This record gives sequence, structure tokens and C-alpha cells, in this order.
Amino acid sequence: MSMLSFEKKYRVRGGTLIGGDLFDFWVGPFYVGFFGVTTLFFTVLGTALILYGAALQGTFNVWTINIAPPDLKYGLGFAPLKEGGLWQLITICAIGAFVSWALRQVEISRKLGMGYHIPIAYSVAVFAYVTLVVFRPLLMGAWGHGFPYGIFSHLDWVSNVGYQYLHFHYNPAHMLAITFFFTTTLALSLHGGLILSALNPPKGEPVKSPDHENTFFRDLIGYSIGALGIHRLGLFLALSAGFWSAVCIIISGPFWTRGWPEWWGWWLNLPIWK
Amino acid sequence: MSKKKDFDLVSTVGWTATAVLGVAAAFYLASTFERPPVIAIQWGPRGTAMELVYNPRTVVRELPRHAVPPKEEEVDKSGIPSREAYQNVQVLGDLDSAEFLRLMNALTAWVSPQQGCNYCHNPENLADDSVYTKVVARKMLQMTKVINESWQAHVGQTGVTCWTCHRGQPVPAYVWATETPQAERRTRGLMATAAGQNTVSTAAGLSSLPTDPFTPFLLEDKQIRVTTTWTPMSLGDNRMSIKQAEWTYALMFHFSAATGANCTFCHNSQNFGKWEGSTPQRVTAWHGIYMTRAMNNDWIEPLTPLWRENPKGPPEAGAAAALARLGPMGDALKINCMTCHQGAHKPMLGAQMLADYPELNAVSLSPVPLRAAMR
Repeated sequence: MSMLSFEKKYRVRGGTLIGGDLFDFWVGPFYVGFFGVTTLFFTVLGTALILYGAALQGTFNVWTINIAPPDLKYGLGFAPLKEGGLWQLITICAIGAFVSWALRQVEISRKLGMGYHIPIAYSVAVFAYVTLVVFRPLLMGAWGHGFPYGIFSHLDWVSNVGYQYLHFHYNPAHMLAITFFFTTTLALSLHGGLILSALNPPKGEPVKSPDHENTFFRDLIGYSIGALGIHRLGLFLALSAGFWSAVCIIISGPFWTRGWPEWWGWWLNLPIWK
Repeated sequence: MSKKKDFDLVSTVGWTATAVLGVAAAFYLASTFERPPVIAIQWGPRGTAMELVYNPRTVVRELPRHAVPPKEEEVDKSGIPSREAYQNVQVLGDLDSAEFLRLMNALTAWVSPQQGCNYCHNPENLADDSVYTKVVARKMLQMTKVINESWQAHVGQTGVTCWTCHRGQPVPAYVWATETPQAERRTRGLMATAAGQNTVSTAAGLSSLPTDPFTPFLLEDKQIRVTTTWTPMSLGDNRMSIKQAEWTYALMFHFSAATGANCTFCHNSQNFGKWEGSTPQRVTAWHGIYMTRAMNNDWIEPLTPLWRENPKGPPEAGAAAALARLGPMGDALKINCMTCHQGAHKPMLGAQMLADYPELNAVSLSPVPLRAAMR
């Protein structure tokens, strides 16, 4: 595969966390590294296990394939392969692949001499996943509390978990997470609109500069966070959304067993207006 | 050239106070939550998240609430039916007179342990019907019999006794009355009814849902089902709305509080309306809705005139029994799921109390229910 003119500059030796020079090579445009190998291993194995599970289930309809976690009776032990053991192995593979990918991002960051923003940001999503399938099941005492791997089935799981606490919109961390998700999309749409219009001026006009961008928002709302600031804000909003999602599910069960509206009793009972 | 920064008292105090308040608030918030370990009971196929989640410490703390009173000692039959031994025995005449006395003792322990026999009886003449509570008690005995005989789809073989609702109190602890229109409406003029918006609904688990879901569903027979049967052809007459769903949701909150179980005890929320995806408990609950409605309409409402005459209870019983008998609209205090269940999906955790009191099955259903008699 041919190399772009500037690509050579980025093919820097070293910076690996493990394996020294052994895996320090590229396949085409892709850096491999030790964690590239482990990512590939876990991904292929996990996907194969999902296909095996689908074959056992008897469907290859992508919407209805369902790899369900074990019954609660197995607690934190291993379940038979066809009764949730498959889910356990696939979970191990998923975590193996996700963590490998994050560490591969670390190695690439080190090669490029840049900060760890990308692996840290990605790790928040992995953290939310691990919270769902490891931390919360550990706190509740059974792997069966994890969510099933399937497009429809995981949605049904989410719905029922919500109704375990009667009305999930009253979950305070869920409120924060939803607000952050919506704010992320709002910020991204404002930013995207701004950049697209700055870069696509009417025929005959030059592309607009960050000064124009700042002026637009200073005119519109009296403030512009700036070209660098919007990316910091975007990162904060997006990571907060993922973080509070993890919080909202881990408090549901381990730290609250009743309806979420009832949790607000402390607020209603504050001495100021009780 | 660097300028030494002066000690800034205001700023230091400000930051310290903010930090202290922040830590205090964090501790307070943490105290509003529960903690592991929790108990989870699988209630559906694996991976569906149909689970009952309990805090074991709360369960233990609430155990006394579901206790059963000590069994009234069994007696040898006297051989004389109570209609021959006593006067004016209208519904327990077939009962052996010794068992009749046993039941009277049990009734006192269940309903008026503090007030004693005179809560219902004129001590000068026990056969006298002048104390209105005696008339009420007679109807309630018949109601109990009807529940145990005709509503086994809900109460099973376990059945109910007076204790199931009364728990040692003349007026059961969990009763309800219709809300005043103003309380329900909360708006003026042409504005739409608030229907629970921006109000704390204690009936619906402190949510902002309608505050009186009982009148439409457990007294009247308004439609509870809100899963739309919408098809493109029926768009014009689709009556299902979010507002209707909120009334149903409020009622379901009550079911949850009464049974101490969450929505997945009866439903797979993948499709609330679908019976095939629901648990058998939903069938029991469905019969319970009809049972509660029937008890409120056939047995409790018809007694309203008696309570209107004695809105504070029987004057003979004194101040100890002075409890309100009527709601703000002057209607009788009625039953809902909580009246019997009190937070347990089987009242008294399924204790087979009725089996110890076969006398309750000897209640005669004639004379006819009051409502029929008043027609």
C-alpha cells in the first residue's frame, strides 16, 4: 500500500508499552503493536462466539440475535456455556478488545508525542460498559444483572430495568446524563453549523477565519468560547454524559431499591418548606 | 519584580466555607441512598431484567408490620346454635354458640382491642342494634364471606379475615376518599385540569402524577388500559393519550407500593398490555381490581348513611374511637390494594390465618346486602 507524502513523518519507532520492538510495525496504514494483536484476537474470538450463540439460538436475524446473561442463581460463578456461559466469555472478549484498543491508542499517542486525551476519552465509554456488565453485577451479587447482547433484547432489558425503579426519569444521575447528552448534541450542532458556514462562504468570498466565528457568536449570544475552548467544552460534555450514565445505572439497585420518585423524599422533607 | 500576594481573608473564608458546605452536602446526599448488599429475585427469563429488588434491612425492619395476632384458643362445641342461645343473631345464627363467642373475642382483638366489646355493643343489651358499628360489623362479616367465597381468583385459599384490613384498629390504617375537585384541578377558569402536574402525589410514590387514581379506577370503572390499539384506519377515534396513561401510571404506582414489588412483578415492559409476556401475578392483580371495585361499591359505599350520622365514630365508644369516618367530600373511607397488602405481595406474607377461624365461613349471606335492601 502506498504511503502518503507526510505519513513517513509519523512512523516513529518506540513508545510501546509492552513487547518492545516485536510488534512495533505497520500493516498498510495501520499500526499493529502488542495491543493491536490482542484487539484482533479478542474481537475475532468474541464475534465467533456471538455467531455460535446465534447458531444455538437458531437465528441469524441481526435484530433478534440474543446472547443473554446467566440466571441469577449462578451468582458470581461460571454458568454452563449454553446457559449464560457464552455471555460471560463474550464479556471477557469485549473487555479484552476494548481495553486493548485503549492501550493501542496510548502507544500511538506516545509515538506522536501528544497527550493522552484520546485514550482517556475513549476509556470513559469503556468504563460505562464495564460498569454495566461488571461493577453493577458485582455489587448486586450475580452476573445475571448484566445486559444481554442483542439489538432488540438489550432495549427490552433497558426498559425493564427502568421499570424496576418505577420511573427512571426521576433518577437524579439519569437526569444529569440525559442533560449532558442533549447539551453535547446542541453544542456539536452549533459548532458544526459554525464551521460549515465559515468554510463554505458564498462564491467569490474567502474562507472565514476564527475571528469571524468568534464575532458571530459574540453578536448572537454575547459570548464566544473560542476555537480551542469549544473542543474542551465538547469533550467535557460528552464525557460527562457517559460518566453520569454509568453513575445512574450503578446507583439503581446497589444504592437504591425502590421507585426513583420516592428517593426525592429528602428534597420534599427539607426543613425549609416541609 | 514579582509582587508578593497578600493574605486575602475574605477569599480564604469564602473558599473554606464553600468547601465545608460542599462536603456536608455530599455527606447528606450520600445518606439519602441505600447500600449493598441488596437482594434480587429473578422473575422472568434470563436477560430480561424482570427482577424484584429488595433491601434486606428494610425487609427485616418491616416484618412486624406483617405479623399475625396470636391464635384465639379453640373451643369445644356446645351443641347449641347461636340463634337459639342468643337473640338477634342475623348472620352468625348457624354457628355453634361456643364458636360464636370465640369469634366475638377474635373480632374484638382484630378490630377494637382498645375499645373492647362496647365499641359495637350496648352493654345493657348485647342483642341491641342501636350502636351503628354493630350494623357495620355485620355487613363486614358478610363482605369477608363474599371475598372468601367468590373472589378466590384473587385471594386464593388463603382468604381474608377482619385482621387483613383492620390490624387492630377500628378504621384500617390504609383507606382513601375521593379528592375534592379543587384539589384535583388546581387551576382556575378556562385552564385545563392540572391532573397532578407539579404536585407531589403520595398515592403515586411521590411522583408528579395524578393524586387520586382511586376514584376513577377502584370506585368507577374507567378504562385502565392505555396501550393503544391504534391502526392507521382508527386514527380518528384513538382515545389513548399521555394524560390517560398518567392516570393509569399513578394507579400502577399504588399497586407497586401495596405489593412491595416493582412493575416487572406483573409486566414485561417490552409490551405492558400483552398478556402472553406478563407473569401469572398480573392475572391475580386483574381480579383484585374488580374485587376492590366490587367491595367499595357493594359493601362500603352503601354504609355511607351510617357514617354520615356518626362522622367521628360511635359516641358510646368515647374519645378513644373518635376517628374520621368520612372523606372531604362526605364519602365513606374506601379500600384500595394497600388496605390489605400493606407492602407485601401476599398480605401478612401469605399467613394462612383464615384456616384458624372456620367460623368466618359460617356467615350467612342473608339478609341481603344493604344496597339491595335499600333499592
